[in-house]
Amino acid sequence: MHELPVTQSVLEICLRHAERANARQITKINLVIGKLSSIVDDSVQFYWELIARGTIAEKAVLNFERVPVEMSCLDCGALFEPSDESFACPRCLSLRVKVTKGDEFRVSSIEIE
Amino acid sequence: MPAKISVVENILSANDQIAQRNRAAFDRAGVFAVNIMASPGAGKTTFILKTLEVLQGRLRLGVIEGDVATSLDAEKVAAAGLPAVQINTGGDCHLDAVMLANALPALPLDQLDLVLIENVGNLICPASFALGVHLNVLIASIPEGDDKPYKYPGTYCGVQALIMSKIDLLPYVSFDVDYFRRGVEILNPGVVTFPVSAKTGEGMQAWADWLTQKVRRHAVPTKITADMTSTT
Repeated sequence: MHELPVTQSVLEICLRHAERANARQITKINLVIGKLSSIVDDSVQFYWELIARGTIAEKAVLNFERVPVEMSCLDCGALFEPSDESFACPRCLSLRVKVTKGDEFRVSSIEIE
Repeated sequence: MPAKISVVENILSANDQIAQRNRAAFDRAGVFAVNIMASPGAGKTTFILKTLEVLQGRLRLGVIEGDVATSLDAEKVAAAGLPAVQINTGGDCHLDAVMLANALPALPLDQLDLVLIENVGNLICPASFALGVHLNVLIASIPEGDDKPYKYPGTYCGVQALIMSKIDLLPYVSFDVDYFRRGVEILNPGVVTFPVSAKTGEGMQAWADWLTQKVRRHAVPTKITADMTSTT
């Protein structure tokens, strides 16, 4: 899995923004991760404890906001969460649908002191 | 004083920036770059070797092979007499833009038209890491099963061409082509699809012709610009 480079990237982004704001410490990091982004929270947490040590982000709490998958039907416009077995629109059964949410993968904000 | 700072930065933005640099390097050299993704055992290397065979003489070709370990694949390409570079990811499950950037100096880009990049065999992670190519291709081999679009939507969403490979096996395995194509159509409506067998050669010509056209269309504007610069 690629959680190590991902975690390094999160740390780099947070430190850069914290430094710009002259923070002494980062207390919380809010991540927005769509369900289609194949990232395992526990692994990120595991790597975090190793790589954030000795930085101002050492004590930061990682908060994962998981975004469920949302699809929109191109025929009737319905928005719905697909089931594991089917992507069909539950309202009109159309298969012409597209992914509208669930591939997010970003740092949304940090809390600093 | 505690404060909350809005960041809103994509986690892989550093990778994306390096990917853009890779793309610029390809463009400067007039090279068309293709990222080939598939699961392990889908036949990526065989497909690439067959593609090279069909394209040899038409285009100047180079290959970058990504694997977790060994240089077996690059050796196979080098044996065909073509420039090949092996990237060993050392455990990582995908190629990323930095690995590609480090490999590029080993290829004589100025003397090439097309670079095929074989990603690590994996249907999940490579889709998250942009490399800076012009075309992302997914190979779905028949024996993997017809449910793969439903199970690995991320990868199916992000490609501009789909190869259905090992179609010579269709009579021997249960693979519902309609079910497969319905899944693909949902995730990636209208994506161009080539059913091929690298073993029998079926379908390879159509794929090679389509790819050649893409390469030529990409190369022309760049080379014209280069010529104009040299004459002025």
